Amino acid sequence: MSAISELSSISRRKGKATAEEKKANGRDNKAAYIFLLPWLVGLVAITIGPMLMSLYLSFTDYNLLQPPEWTGLDNFTRMLSDARLHNSLRVTFTYVFVGVPLQLAVALLIALVLDKGLRGLPFYRSVFYLPSLLGGSVAVAILWKQIFGTTGLVNQVLAMFGIQGPGWISDPSTALGSIILLHVWTFGAPMIIFLAGLRQIPVMYYEAAKVDGASTLQQFRRITMPMLSPIIFFNLVLQIIGSFQSFTQAFIVSGGNGGPSDSTMFFTLYLYQKGFGQFDMGYASAMAWFLLVIIGVFTAINFIASKYWVFYDD
Amino acid sequence: MTTKLETLPAPDKKTPGAGKPTNRKPKVRESRGTLAFSRTQRSKALMKHAILIVAGGLMIYPLLWMVVSSLRPNELIFREPGLWLNSLEMGNYTDGWSALTHPFGHYMLNSAIVVLGSILGNLISCSMAAYAFARLQFTGKKLFFGIMLLTIMLPFHVIIVPQYILFSQIGWVNTFWPLIVPKLLATDAFFVFLMVQFIRGIPKELDEAARIDGAGHPRIFLRVILPLMVPALATTTIFTFIWTWNDFFGALIYLTDPDMFTVPVALRAFVDSQSATSWGSLFAMSIVSLLPVFLVFLFGQRFLIKGIATTGIK
Repeated sequence: MSAISELSSISRRKGKATAEEKKANGRDNKAAYIFLLPWLVGLVAITIGPMLMSLYLSFTDYNLLQPPEWTGLDNFTRMLSDARLHNSLRVTFTYVFVGVPLQLAVALLIALVLDKGLRGLPFYRSVFYLPSLLGGSVAVAILWKQIFGTTGLVNQVLAMFGIQGPGWISDPSTALGSIILLHVWTFGAPMIIFLAGLRQIPVMYYEAAKVDGASTLQQFRRITMPMLSPIIFFNLVLQIIGSFQSFTQAFIVSGGNGGPSDSTMFFTLYLYQKGFGQFDMGYASAMAWFLLVIIGVFTAINFIASKYWVFYDD
Repeated sequence: MTTKLETLPAPDKKTPGAGKPTNRKPKVRESRGTLAFSRTQRSKALMKHAILIVAGGLMIYPLLWMVVSSLRPNELIFREPGLWLNSLEMGNYTDGWSALTHPFGHYMLNSAIVVLGSILGNLISCSMAAYAFARLQFTGKKLFFGIMLLTIMLPFHVIIVPQYILFSQIGWVNTFWPLIVPKLLATDAFFVFLMVQFIRGIPKELDEAARIDGAGHPRIFLRVILPLMVPALATTTIFTFIWTWNDFFGALIYLTDPDMFTVPVALRAFVDSQSATSWGSLFAMSIVSLLPVFLVFLFGQRFLIKGIATTGIK
């Protein structure tokens, strides 16, 4: 080591410089770690620690009362043959694949109508955003349960046209649809992100296209879509990650049991039942890790696919 | 995508000079006042307003219907899809207020405690971490920053089981600590990220000037950075308020003693205890539970919209 350090005066000077740099960094290191202390403690105690613990528990049988018992891959093989879990996956995937594109399409449509020249934009924006804000609450889920109930608002309106509506929430074929509709209804947040994105597109592009005789549809396809694609991508990633984790609405609308006949048994709801209903903590942990993998895979697919359709200006 | 954009010719290049003024003219007049709006523009705007009013009406109709239903006698709720009221029925509110073991105000107070604790926690610990990430040089900065970004995407289900075990072992189930302490430890990494982005926009010369005047990092943080990041702090406050007030999953898991119920769990208990007999008072308490969120929305709209537009939070 000493031979290497004495190789040349240049390298020695270099070494000295980095030592000084380290010293300078050292001053900030101390301050930085003090500022980061709450976050670091949280990272270890609330995030990474529990994650490792949950990984360990996923290979065990644990009911909170007896110490965890190592069972290897048992929980995962159990998942392979758990029909209710497969159903919960189907429900969740339907919710994500129907709900997210539908919600983003409505958000984009309304954002396009709410363009710059229109009067009363703040008012409209508020009206469309409000459901987004309240949609996650238990109160709105309760409201939804009643609106789509057998004698609820929707059927009252249908009755005015002489149509006898089904009990939307109590019918397995429509219950999930009602919850998807609740999700679409809360399109306000992505709408606002779209509005901000639309504002970034230089007006001169449209002026140029107009001069060239491009139709509104052509302008949308050739200018708006490519220029907005990073924003669409951003919303898509965010909404998919969020939708996989939906819980409150399904819990309240189904009365906590994912009914009728498991048609609204979301993956997270099943996880909750296993973990906090039956205290099958090992299995719940395995499910949680499976969810993490699913979300990770979908986010990765999103990022890979984005290379083919997301256009970056710079 | 790039090529498509480039194929759009710039206006000066290909369009004949005569075409330009006719296309530009309405643009110039438009900016002078609405009087000069062409007929097609005006009818286009009118159509947009019509679409938006209908769509907006549909959006908030369920909410308005809930407000009106909370003021109706129970028998009428199941028969009236409209919004007209023959008489004001305040009984739903008084009945609902005292329908559970405690008056509803008790649960609102519980929620208020959790919300205040969470806001304080997020403001203090997230801003500290953000200062370190945005302004200080330290070893492992890139790694930690990457980890922080990753934790934003982490589904909470992966950590909830061990977290529950941890908090139950230290006797924190049925206390507010499991809901507040994670915020004190900056586990809402989203806000750390938001604040980092904000601090990066503050000119560095300001800290340097303060440093020359002999200020250390705590002083620069408290006296220079914090006062300048009020908009980011306001956004954090508002979103923490709304999310914590609406938080159902955490409260459902940790608060099983009715004395400790926050508003969402109390509402859910209400659904279970009353079933279909008193939708009126259930709606009344739902309105009461949404009122704080609505008020925050009303007064914090500016920050809310900005917060979503720039960072994409829900």
